[in-house]
Amino acid sequence: MTYFPEEVVEHIFSFLPAQRDRNTVSLVCKVWYEIERLSRRSVFVGNCYAVRAERVALRFPNVRALTVKGKPHFADFNLVPPDWGGYAGPWIEAAARGCVGLEELRMKRMVVSDESLELLSRSFPRFRALVLISCEGFSTDGLAAIASHCKLLSELDLQENEVEDRGPRWLSCFPDSCTSLVSLNFACIKGEVNAGSLERLVSRSPNLRSLRLNRSVSVDTLAKILMRTPNLEDLGTGNLTDDFQTESYFRLTSALEKCKMLRSLSGFWDASPVCLSFIYPLCAQLTGLNLSYAPTLDASDLTKMISRCVKLQRLWVLDCISDKGLQVVASSCKDLQELRVFPSDFYVAGYSAVTEEGLVAISLGCPKLNSLLYFCHQMTNAALITVAKNCPNFTRFRLCILEPGKPDVMTNQPLDEGFGAIVRECKGLRRLSISGLLTDKVFMYIGKYAKQLEMLSIAFAGDSDKGMMHVMNGCKNLRKLEIRDSPFGDAALLGNVAKYETMRSLWMSSCNVTLKGCQVLASKMPMLNIEVINEWDGSNEMEENHGELPKVEKLYVYRTTAGARDDAPNFVKIL
Amino acid sequence: MSTSSAESSPAVSGLDYDDTALTLALPGSSTDPAGADRKRAAHAAYDMPPSSKARAVGWPPVRAYRRNALREDAKLVKVAVDGAPYLRKVDLAAHDGYADLLCALHGMFASCLAIRRGADDGTKLVDSVTDAEYVPTYEDKDGDWMLVGDVPWKMFEESCKRIRLMKSSEAVNLSPRQSSK
Repeated sequence: MTYFPEEVVEHIFSFLPAQRDRNTVSLVCKVWYEIERLSRRSVFVGNCYAVRAERVALRFPNVRALTVKGKPHFADFNLVPPDWGGYAGPWIEAAARGCVGLEELRMKRMVVSDESLELLSRSFPRFRALVLISCEGFSTDGLAAIASHCKLLSELDLQENEVEDRGPRWLSCFPDSCTSLVSLNFACIKGEVNAGSLERLVSRSPNLRSLRLNRSVSVDTLAKILMRTPNLEDLGTGNLTDDFQTESYFRLTSALEKCKMLRSLSGFWDASPVCLSFIYPLCAQLTGLNLSYAPTLDASDLTKMISRCVKLQRLWVLDCISDKGLQVVASSCKDLQELRVFPSDFYVAGYSAVTEEGLVAISLGCPKLNSLLYFCHQMTNAALITVAKNCPNFTRFRLCILEPGKPDVMTNQPLDEGFGAIVRECKGLRRLSISGLLTDKVFMYIGKYAKQLEMLSIAFAGDSDKGMMHVMNGCKNLRKLEIRDSPFGDAALLGNVAKYETMRSLWMSSCNVTLKGCQVLASKMPMLNIEVINEWDGSNEMEENHGELPKVEKLYVYRTTAGARDDAPNFVKIL
Repeated sequence: MSTSSAESSPAVSGLDYDDTALTLALPGSSTDPAGADRKRAAHAAYDMPPSSKARAVGWPPVRAYRRNALREDAKLVKVAVDGAPYLRKVDLAAHDGYADLLCALHGMFASCLAIRRGADDGTKLVDSVTDAEYVPTYEDKDGDWMLVGDVPWKMFEESCKRIRLMKSSEAVNLSPRQSSK
């Protein structure tokens, strides 16, 4: 193929959008490397410290869509100290210097400053889409810059970010000439927005398909907005707590009736049961529903609504729904693919209305289920075995039994057999989180059967290093392994060092790994960064260990071509 | 799931006997010392006292955003209405005063209650069919049933354990700062 003109080769490559394929073809020869890198339109960086930003910008100057992820997943649960890192600045600066055609930027778990957002808004004339997920470090002033200067903005999607509120003016910064919005999500913004500005913005956005409002938006404003957006496909409501006799609710109903394209609903902040009846006419057409921020809705409210949602594919709900409610879901929502049941009570020894019975009911009624996140207080092996048989299509299975180390509630046995059944039956399983009482046996099953597994989360599980070894040796496609409070030590850490080169990262916290073990790993594997994170002074730890080697509190290991990072805080030691 | 204790004495349901009672209650429940021992044996490699389990950082694994949004300090209390077969929950922390709360209560039971303005400019909850008046009452920390509205809002918010919308004909026996049991 080397005698084809470049344009032809490039055209052939355009049929390979997947990054893995593009990476592969770029290894064939220098010519292909060059053609590929100059025609690469989309780059995904799973760990911002795996490669230098400048190097990415140099290699792919014509990139249009860039995705970068920062902190490890356990940062979501406050296990990564603040100021650990994950700064967006270097990425935006490097792109501003070398990739001026950038149109889309997606960032997850990164620290983004207002200055970076300002730079972003001024550096890329064709910039259209900004997606920030679980980020922090910026304020509504940064959003004002984006609104003001990104003339072609079509997507501003802010998901679950920590944003400092500096007033409502940011929304008014969209110029009158901005008519290109397709997707606007500001649900995580805590403060008020100007209702008039919002209504005018929506009025001049004929292509708006997805709109997620924040808690401050009233029913009145929502009704007015919906009159202007008959083509809306995805809606996140504002608060639904107004006095129900007002005009607004009747206007809301008639506006909703016009939204024939609406498929997905979320928001429902502090929703009162009466609000739901205004939504009933929509239910039959919904494919996505998120009611997980409405703790005052009880099982009967939820089931009255969900039983009408016969086309539902994705449901997020609180455990208030109860087992009985899940039975209603199972009998009504035959197309269900994704279910998330969140805890309404975080107290570990508390009570939940969902048990293993609800999960079994779902598995019986919803054979298409492929993605599950389920918080509960009890589980049995028998239930998990049944679920595995009924739903062999799981690609994501995350079960969280709130009490650490809790056994099968009927037999008092570990839950090894139950999870073993899941990994054995669900041959396409890519993501797994396990909980409850678990011995090394469950890891033997995981290593033996979970051949497609890419991400595994372990907490309070296992008996010995053998457990972790089963996983490291058996799971051929493992990319991310995160472990907390489990008895794995240096032997497990060092048992298969070559494996880390094939993985994105390893996280271990409150395990039995010592500093010595980490140092050995660092010396054997120079292409890894070994980050030892100790928030507290280690000296009192040594007393407790009676002279043993100090245990490493938190360990983060990742492959990198960038060497040790230079932005690490003083509580992070990179070996 | 229910636990069955074939040989436990009837009095074991009281709290005082937990430590000494012989029981066949299923392990895994907090009243079974034998079960707890089994659990600890399985975790011989690392022993976690129950109290630290309950307070493990970042557990359960729920995103900070979601925790904050659900307001862990939310004051959810049950609301019962005489004659209605179901209970509701209201988050007292989400309301800033009695008027706001009354509005929310009306919203919860709007299928059977309406708001009427009384002669004294107060708003009342009434049955939308019979016009019978409902009086909001609450059980406080001491177990006494009081009329809603007598104490400053903050004091009410802190001491209210649950709310009951009582038919006013029954509530005549209930006066402020008097308990009735």
